Amino acid sequence: MTLATDFRPRHSRLYRLRRAYFASPLTGLVTLLSVAILAWLAWIVLDWTVLQATFDADANQAICAERAGACWSVIANRWRIILFGLYPLDEQWRAGVACAVVALVIVLSCLPLMWRFSRLALVWVLGTAVFYTLMRGGIFGLVPVNEQQWGGLPLTLFIFVATGILGMPLAIGLALMRRSELPVIARVSGWIIDTIRSLPLLAILFTCAIVLPFMLPGFLIGEKLYRVIFGAALFFAAYQAEIIRGGFQGIPRGQEEAAKALGLGYWQRMGKVVLPQAFRLALPATINQFVIAFMETSLVVVVGFMELLAASNTAFRTGEWRFAYIEVYVFISAIYFAFVFGLSRYGAWLEARMSAGQRKD
Amino acid sequence: MDRASFWRSKTIRDGVLQAAFLAALIGLVLTAVLTARANLAAQGLTSGFDFLWKSTGWEMNFTLLHSERDDPYWYFLLLGLMNTLFMGTIGLAGASVIGLVVGLMRSGRNPAARLLGTLYIELFRNLPLIVQLFFWYALANALPNPRQAIEFAGAIISSRGIYVPGLTVTSGAVALAVAALLIGAALAIWIATARRFRRMERQRQRGAALMAFGLAALVAVIALVTGHDSTQPWTTFPAVDGLRVSGGFRIQPEFYCLAIAIMTYGGAYIGEIVRGGFKAVGRGQMEASRALGLSNWQVFTQVQMPLAFRAMLPILINQYVWLIKATTLGIAVGFSDFFMVIASSINHSGQTIEFISILVGGFLFINFSLAAILNRLNRAIALKGHQTGGAA
Repeated sequence: MTLATDFRPRHSRLYRLRRAYFASPLTGLVTLLSVAILAWLAWIVLDWTVLQATFDADANQAICAERAGACWSVIANRWRIILFGLYPLDEQWRAGVACAVVALVIVLSCLPLMWRFSRLALVWVLGTAVFYTLMRGGIFGLVPVNEQQWGGLPLTLFIFVATGILGMPLAIGLALMRRSELPVIARVSGWIIDTIRSLPLLAILFTCAIVLPFMLPGFLIGEKLYRVIFGAALFFAAYQAEIIRGGFQGIPRGQEEAAKALGLGYWQRMGKVVLPQAFRLALPATINQFVIAFMETSLVVVVGFMELLAASNTAFRTGEWRFAYIEVYVFISAIYFAFVFGLSRYGAWLEARMSAGQRKD
Repeated sequence: MDRASFWRSKTIRDGVLQAAFLAALIGLVLTAVLTARANLAAQGLTSGFDFLWKSTGWEMNFTLLHSERDDPYWYFLLLGLMNTLFMGTIGLAGASVIGLVVGLMRSGRNPAARLLGTLYIELFRNLPLIVQLFFWYALANALPNPRQAIEFAGAIISSRGIYVPGLTVTSGAVALAVAALLIGAALAIWIATARRFRRMERQRQRGAALMAFGLAALVAVIALVTGHDSTQPWTTFPAVDGLRVSGGFRIQPEFYCLAIAIMTYGGAYIGEIVRGGFKAVGRGQMEASRALGLSNWQVFTQVQMPLAFRAMLPILINQYVWLIKATTLGIAVGFSDFFMVIASSINHSGQTIEFISILVGGFLFINFSLAAILNRLNRAIALKGHQTGGAA
């Protein structure tokens, strides 16, 4: 038998509810207002998406207009354009599998088990190779599909993955250059980083897509898609370099001095002592940067690519589905949201996991 | 000195490395410039900035000052820069207000309000800005045409834009008035914060700041009065006139859609910054102020707000710079901001290198001046000898 030592007064559920929601007239008002808005929003969303919606794939505008809700028929009719753009119809299974491969790569690299440089590099390079082979075709009896025909979700994912793969080494390079002991290199790379960071990404993409061909000798021009990816990677690298620099600043000086005292060379010091710790410190911000990079892939719509956003614009702007733009935007918003929200939740979880050992109170 | 020891000298190695680095960079830039020149010459164009005085031959669909088809390039660039700053000011102000409201909802103790704030932030922060912009724009275009326009509180809402009652003054006068007010506000802030005036008495300093702003307000009013055509009434109201709307002041869909998108998206990010700022205020500070007998409202306005603002300002600076850059999305819907003017100019004139350098220079100017002003504010209000929010 234990003695009752808890002398805190026990409150009824009603009392606790009242204290949280109706402590004063003002909080009461705020509560009522918030609950009213929440209920209203929930009702509108439920009513529009489910209760009054049309789910019949054969419906048209007249049938949908009879009911006041969403006309999901547009998705049933146009999902191939939205998801795969102008990719040849018979080959779209390849695009689907390629998307699944990228999703798998992203999930794999989120597992702490995979956090070795060699494993991450292997997964990403292998994943990209499989993705590229599937999409481009030309070998293993796959029909070749030109980059200009890529579109929809695979193109979005490709730009994202390629930006990350190119941008990350670039970021490490820039970050190391910025903290170099050589004054010219440190100063100049600092200028480069700050200049790129103060430019809008859209301006960089535009320059790469449309202006660069005028400014480069013929053999350097290359496909427009890869120029745009290079621009996106450069922008990503400038931001990520500063994040890594933030990580550097969190490492005690003694770490590098100790490594020096042990006789390790520059690359060993960086690769085995400094960079791993910097990355660990910079992990939450890095994931945040990846989230932003994913959202910013949609900017390439401006320089004329059929990625997810542009593909869905064409899906409703052509023909009889002009009225159903909200449904299409809701559909792709759900795709973007699932990815971005998932990644940012994961980042928050990581942050909590990492700070678990450092809690002070 | 033989070869081996030449390369063993650290000074020489470092020097060679840095020289090679510089040479590679300069080589890259030179190649770009020379190739661009050669390409221009092949099209019969000359490089240099003389074209700035040539007329453009196209029109801008949104300008703050009067403009015509044949205005020179430099004038269009100026108008574009003004549009960007205008959109930036409106966007940042709106985003800050939304952010403050949402952030307060999220850091309050009321669970219902917190849920509402969380929903808002998660929804608007996790969708790409350009998707949101396209959505608002599609919505604006789906509004009824002027003949069936919605009339609401004196305004007429149609797919052609929102028409609101306005003053009958020239746009130049309005721009002058706004500029005067902005300069006045900047002067007032400078007087209130600069070190030069620190020795002044508090009372006199405040008076001087108020006077600077009052003078600017006076200039603004004079500008508005002189810009008014005396034969017409002062105000104009919109009215449906057959197939179109006459009178009133038209707010274009391109403009308000971009403004709404930047405000709602920026508001979600700023909301999180505001919440972080409030979280950074130490518990001890609040308990101490309560123990001193301050009321809840006093604790909020005198202790919590000032401390939270100091904690969030450095992060806000980055966010503001980021949002200013987001105004370039205007090109997606056709709002002629600085970037869109540059892009169209490149398409029309072919002067690539020149416009790219103007673009880079323009954005460096905007962002560095914004960051410089805000950093100055940050230094001026920072607690001396304290780390904000460090003590928990």
